[in-house]
Amino acid sequence: MKAVVTVLGKDRTGIIAAVSNLLYQKGVNILDISQTILSGMFTMIMLIEIGQEAQYDVVRDALLQMAQQMNLEIRVQRSDIFDAMHRI
Amino acid sequence: MLNSNEILQTLRMIDQNKLDVRTITMGISLLDCACGTPEGLYDRVYDRITAQARDLVKTGETIEREFGIPIVNKRISITPAALILGHADPVRLAQALDRAAKEVGVNFLGGFSALVHKAMTTADEALIRAIPEALATTDVVCSSVNVGTTKAGINMDAVKLMGQVIKQAAERTRDHDGFACAKLVVFANAVEDNPFMAGAFHGVGEGNATINVGVSGPGVVKAALEECKGAPFDVVAETIKRTAFKITRVGQLVAQEASRRLNVPFGIVDLSLAPTPTMGDSVAHILEEMGLEVTGTHGTTAALALLNDAVKKGGVMASSHVGGLSGAFIPVSEDIGMIDAANAGVLSLEKLEAMTCVCSVGLDMIAIPGDTSAETISAIIADEAAIGMINQKTTAVRIIPAPGKTVGDHVVFGGLLGEAPIIPVHKESSKAFIDRGGRIPAPIHSLRN
Repeated sequence: MKAVVTVLGKDRTGIIAAVSNLLYQKGVNILDISQTILSGMFTMIMLIEIGQEAQYDVVRDALLQMAQQMNLEIRVQRSDIFDAMHRI
Repeated sequence: MLNSNEILQTLRMIDQNKLDVRTITMGISLLDCACGTPEGLYDRVYDRITAQARDLVKTGETIEREFGIPIVNKRISITPAALILGHADPVRLAQALDRAAKEVGVNFLGGFSALVHKAMTTADEALIRAIPEALATTDVVCSSVNVGTTKAGINMDAVKLMGQVIKQAAERTRDHDGFACAKLVVFANAVEDNPFMAGAFHGVGEGNATINVGVSGPGVVKAALEECKGAPFDVVAETIKRTAFKITRVGQLVAQEASRRLNVPFGIVDLSLAPTPTMGDSVAHILEEMGLEVTGTHGTTAALALLNDAVKKGGVMASSHVGGLSGAFIPVSEDIGMIDAANAGVLSLEKLEAMTCVCSVGLDMIAIPGDTSAETISAIIADEAAIGMINQKTTAVRIIPAPGKTVGDHVVFGGLLGEAPIIPVHKESSKAFIDRGGRIPAPIHSLRN
């Protein structure tokens, strides 16, 4: 299952490292990544592939927990919703 | 890879503009529950609903989590209860429905209903007369009665009865501003696949079970219009269409997923823009964004007509099956902009009636003085049903004669049902008109065969 991870927060070192490391530990493959700083706000969008559907909640919960610890806003959504809205 | 701007736009729609799926409604046929003994009926109905909808709420929550889109309500609609009532006690049937709905954890169950647009059966009349007691002694059961269609005309005996029923329902829930009336809709041209409450029921043309989805998103439309201030209406219409397309695609996706996971056929997506009483989720504010100082002033009907049409045009291509009510909702107590307009005295009952000619429903969640007579309420229903009958569209009346309250007072229902000021009605009597009874014949343009 493909999912989009968006990470927003105040820019500082180690955000990409922390998120990527967590995904690595969960065995999640990163397919694409784009990152920018908008008015001091760190904005990262990742396309990831989660091997098994059952693992979705595990990955999502771990990322949301990390968001709280690092004071970031993290969203995990299946990529279908973006395809549905923006592609005919 | 998706473009970053598209992803951020979707997130903005959900986080800031309150884009949500308003409801996943599972329609369940209870026709096979009809039974010779009343006790058998109550048991069969309970068993059928709890078996069919066992996983509805859990599935809705899973979809919500996976797609990151709020799904506000999970609901059930059933076969109009009068069709299976037989000689059973309607109140006990309503209570069995209430228990079943609570067991599976849904927010509302609709279909304590009777279709009496031409005439009433004994069971229809028994059910209608039991509505006040049924709604006062249950929590999540919703009721609707269809009193007219373009093909059949308007059953004025039923219209008269519904005026009395609404008064009694308000009185039975006097301590809560007549709350029972918020769960009761009187329709003309009711649709069989409406996922929205309080008027949802599972029509007789439907299968064993179906999944219908109602989308929302007035905040998203308003935000899009903020980008085209002063632009001509052609641009306004195009902007609404583009936005409605995106909103509806989310609804279609959620409907398909729910259908697949629950192994229940997909029915329709209802394209309605449904407001809530929170800021940034108002249909009235869309109209005001088009250039009206306050909703209800001159130009409101035209603005609503454009909005309603553009929502349909944008949405229809985004879904394989569009149905339900599909248009803009204008419930007064459930829309912060409508509440403000009514408080300011700009939004009158007459203007609301005009607005119902061009949008998807009718006089919705309007509080009127508690001393309004049953005949006046019936006359309001007759006017609204006439608009539906002549214009071949659905119209409805969900009106609350708030006991002990009058113009200047407020009713407060809380949650999605919101609050509203009491709106004045005409004092002049319609009693002799309503007392005639009988049936208003179907209009000439209903003879299309």
